Amino acid sequence: MNKTMPPEYYRQLEEIQAIDFVLVELTLYLDTHPKDKEAIEQYNHYARQSKKMKKEFEKQFGPLLQYQSYSGYPWTWDNTPWPWQV
Amino acid sequence: MWLYEKKLQYPVRVSQCNPRLAKFLIEQYGGADGELAAALRYLNQRYSIPDKVIGLLTDIGTEEFAHLEMIATMVYKLTKDATPEQLKEAGLAPHYANHDKALFYHNAAGNPWTAEYIQAKGDPIADLYEDIAAEEKARATYQWIINLSDDPDLNDGLKFLREREIVHSQRFREAVEILKEEQGKKTFF
Repeated sequence: MNKTMPPEYYRQLEEIQAIDFVLVELTLYLDTHPKDKEAIEQYNHYARQSKKMKKEFEKQFGPLLQYQSYSGYPWTWDNTPWPWQV
Repeated sequence: MWLYEKKLQYPVRVSQCNPRLAKFLIEQYGGADGELAAALRYLNQRYSIPDKVIGLLTDIGTEEFAHLEMIATMVYKLTKDATPEQLKEAGLAPHYANHDKALFYHNAAGNPWTAEYIQAKGDPIADLYEDIAAEEKARATYQWIINLSDDPDLNDGLKFLREREIVHSQRFREAVEILKEEQGKKTFF
């Protein structure tokens, strides 16, 4: 079923998607340029940023990452919405 | 192993219910150059490829599953409110007769996905050239679908996916160069 979430959900989620996209790009780049120190520093910087933002998001909207995020009571992992429902 | 993250790689929006577009899009779900074929191709080749490019195949293969989920989301959103009559008009009556509105791994013409779409030769250069070709074919398919689509919201997501094919192709080309360099270093007697 489809769900309309508060604007804050979409705002924070898009920020996370943007930062995680930087991490995807840097990962593929570093796979073929493993000695680029500056890119590795950027990677570590954005990995830290991503973790911080996800912690904030999860406090309001529930777990993002399977096996890694903490759950409230009752079990929150399987709460809607799933990604295709928003 | 893999971990599931409860988010799409990039936001997917559609302007309105449009099963005709869903019919074209399914090409990138279960077609020869679609995202399922891509993910399975790379994640299968990686076991026997030289160490220097295993990381790249693993990471691109994993990203393809995120793209598969984006395509599924597009198809779901384009069809979820469609009536059987609308599905029929869109040419999806044969799909509806078998699957209702469930997604299925087939191409735009209705042919089911088959492992014959992907190759694994065990020769690293042959495998990487296959991967480069696959990315270029997927890029072209995205372009043809964008040309057929009049939905600006959907096209935003499709353009993101089209650009990813270009980046993947470039990275695979770099992997070929890395392997050629390695081969050059070997001493032959």
